[in-house]
Amino acid sequence: MMVPSEEIRSRGVVWTPLLRDALIAGLIGWLLFAPLTGVALAGYDWVMHWERPLWLAGIVAAGRLLMGWVMARRRLSGIHEGRGAWSGLGREPSFIFTMISGWRALAKSGAWREKYSKLIYIIVTITALLPPLFLGKYWLNVAILALIYVLLSLGLNIVVGLAGLLDLGFVAFYAVGAYGYGLGSHYLGLSFWSALPFAAVLAAGCGVVLGFPVLRMHGDYLAIVTLGFGEIVRLLLNNWVSLTGGPNGIRVPFPSVLGVEFSRRASPGYVTFHEYFSIPYDSVYRDKFMYLLLLIVVCGMVFFVRRLRRMPLGRAWEALREDEIACRALGINPVTVKLSAFGLGAMTGGVGGVFFAASQGFVNPTSFTFMESAHILAIVVLGGMGSTSGVIVAAVILTVLPETLRDFAEYRGLLIGLAMVLMMIWRPGGLLRARRAVFQKPG
Amino acid sequence: MNLHILAQQAVNGLVLGSVYGLIAVGYTMVYGILGMINFAHGDIYMISAYLTAIFLALLTFFGLKSIPLILLLVLLLTMVFTALYGWAVERIAYRPLRNSSRMAPLISAIGVSLILQNYVRMAQGARNQGMPPLLEGNIRLLTSGAEQFVQITHTQVLIILTAFVSMGLLQFLIHHTALGRACRAVQQDRVMAALLGVDTNRIISIVFTLGAGMAAVAGTLVTFNYGSFDFFIGFVIGIKAFTAAVLGGIGSLPGAMLGGVVLGVAEAVFSGYVNTDYKDVFAFSLLVLVLIVRPSGLLGRPEVEKV
Repeated sequence: MMVPSEEIRSRGVVWTPLLRDALIAGLIGWLLFAPLTGVALAGYDWVMHWERPLWLAGIVAAGRLLMGWVMARRRLSGIHEGRGAWSGLGREPSFIFTMISGWRALAKSGAWREKYSKLIYIIVTITALLPPLFLGKYWLNVAILALIYVLLSLGLNIVVGLAGLLDLGFVAFYAVGAYGYGLGSHYLGLSFWSALPFAAVLAAGCGVVLGFPVLRMHGDYLAIVTLGFGEIVRLLLNNWVSLTGGPNGIRVPFPSVLGVEFSRRASPGYVTFHEYFSIPYDSVYRDKFMYLLLLIVVCGMVFFVRRLRRMPLGRAWEALREDEIACRALGINPVTVKLSAFGLGAMTGGVGGVFFAASQGFVNPTSFTFMESAHILAIVVLGGMGSTSGVIVAAVILTVLPETLRDFAEYRGLLIGLAMVLMMIWRPGGLLRARRAVFQKPG
Repeated sequence: MNLHILAQQAVNGLVLGSVYGLIAVGYTMVYGILGMINFAHGDIYMISAYLTAIFLALLTFFGLKSIPLILLLVLLLTMVFTALYGWAVERIAYRPLRNSSRMAPLISAIGVSLILQNYVRMAQGARNQGMPPLLEGNIRLLTSGAEQFVQITHTQVLIILTAFVSMGLLQFLIHHTALGRACRAVQQDRVMAALLGVDTNRIISIVFTLGAGMAAVAGTLVTFNYGSFDFFIGFVIGIKAFTAAVLGGIGSLPGAMLGGVVLGVAEAVFSGYVNTDYKDVFAFSLLVLVLIVRPSGLLGRPEVEKV
């Protein structure tokens, strides 16, 4: 590594070791990239791309140089605030960096949140009511998907963020919910409104049955068991053709409200929405209704999580996450407390699945791959584990971004992976840090 | 019940199981030393499958004719480069998180897994890749009549032999060399080993390279045998190899191999007699079952929680 004393003597960044490190990093990078990016397989043949590894190695070397420089500056200015590798940048006489550091100080104090919390709630609620008024059918569907992801991430946030249990098969509960509605309406004639509690209970039941044996053991096993469970559910849905229709999927009816349907023609005993209000038929009413319904559910979920965090149960989740042994010593039963978080998360996943199935009108197993679990986990990680507002923001951004930037969709997996690694190294608390529930004196 | 079919499935299972065992070694060593599940290990295996095809293509392009020499060189090159990947993953994504919360390295590992999959997908294309078969021919055992025989291909023999030889070498390395002694010391107590002058960071790096190297052996052998792979193969085989590691007792090297063979044979018999479509479901259910019934595995010791 470098020689800090030499830096102190010369009162400046010593470039030789930095350049040497960058060169070594570039060389290793070239070795790593050379076979896999330099030779592209094509059938039994191959194509040479000698320039690709060179570019990538150059990027690695430049990145290493930048990182070394930032770290050297940080050592020189002698500040070590927090763990953030970028915190030294706040001292650079640059407009952007000053802004970042100012914003960080503001965010850290948390005072602004207390002061303007009511105003923020009002603004967010009004903004959330806007999409059905202004958006067309396509973007309204994107907004619905975003709300579904908000719901799912809030559910996973209970498990991962609050209780500190890594659930890598969250999509399984989502699938249980979606297929619970799909199969329930197909075989049992369940309507949307009866499928909702049915699927929620079914998903929560799956969560409890799976969680109970695993949660008794050391933490990390849960991650791999849930990963396996997610795959089991997907394989069952895919292979059990006689029950689920296999890869072809299953059709799902759209919900009706109080005997009013949103289809063009009413089924016997029902009235359609446009006939009821005597307006011309437009399929977008259906999506508007779906959006508003989901918005109500999401608001309810936000409120529910807020209350939960202040309740003994919510505090027990966070306490267990921090120190399980201390909690056991204080008489908290870790298995039941963890199980409640896991079951609640699973239930939310199930509800999200019902809404997904209803809004798509169709479900098949390709919607429930591991990539989906990773996507929801990435939302929770980027939003900040345990932070409700952060998770909502991350869910909206990560759903809308791939729709606006097609290139982003192509690089989505890579960027999500990079973001997960970098977040863990630099900002494990997430982009918007979670606020601790603190006891406040009344008045 | 037809004994020949059972014997055939046992042979297939043994081949599959030695592959699981080779990959499980990486999980078990990393878990033993760091207490974390390296989710990216399956994708390291996937990388080695691609590297095998690439080195084979390059070597034949440079005019190498002798098949044993090609096999050996491809195996060695793939091992070295895959080990480099294992080293880099640890250095970049896990080492900075050594002292952070328990969940941080796991999430980072998921991130690495996504990065590797998408990196290979972008560099090599999303579609299935293929490789021409190198070794032809097979051996027939227990022949009785024209339809009744147990067949084992030369590649399968090669897989079993290489797997057991490399496992033996690794076992020797861990139990009879100074490096292995340092590895075992770090596994038992990292802080104490550091106090006694063991460079723990170096040992952890070496464990990751060894694990990746063993996964590369598996990747090379499987690619020689099946010749078909894509960027997503690491996912399922990763979970199965982890199952093998848990089954054998996590942290134990012979346990990993035993768990691999048991899982491989069980899976082959299941797909031979019950249903091929559900063989993955069977393997994953076995994982859950083992964790419930005997979490310390066949050869492992029960985990003791230290305060």
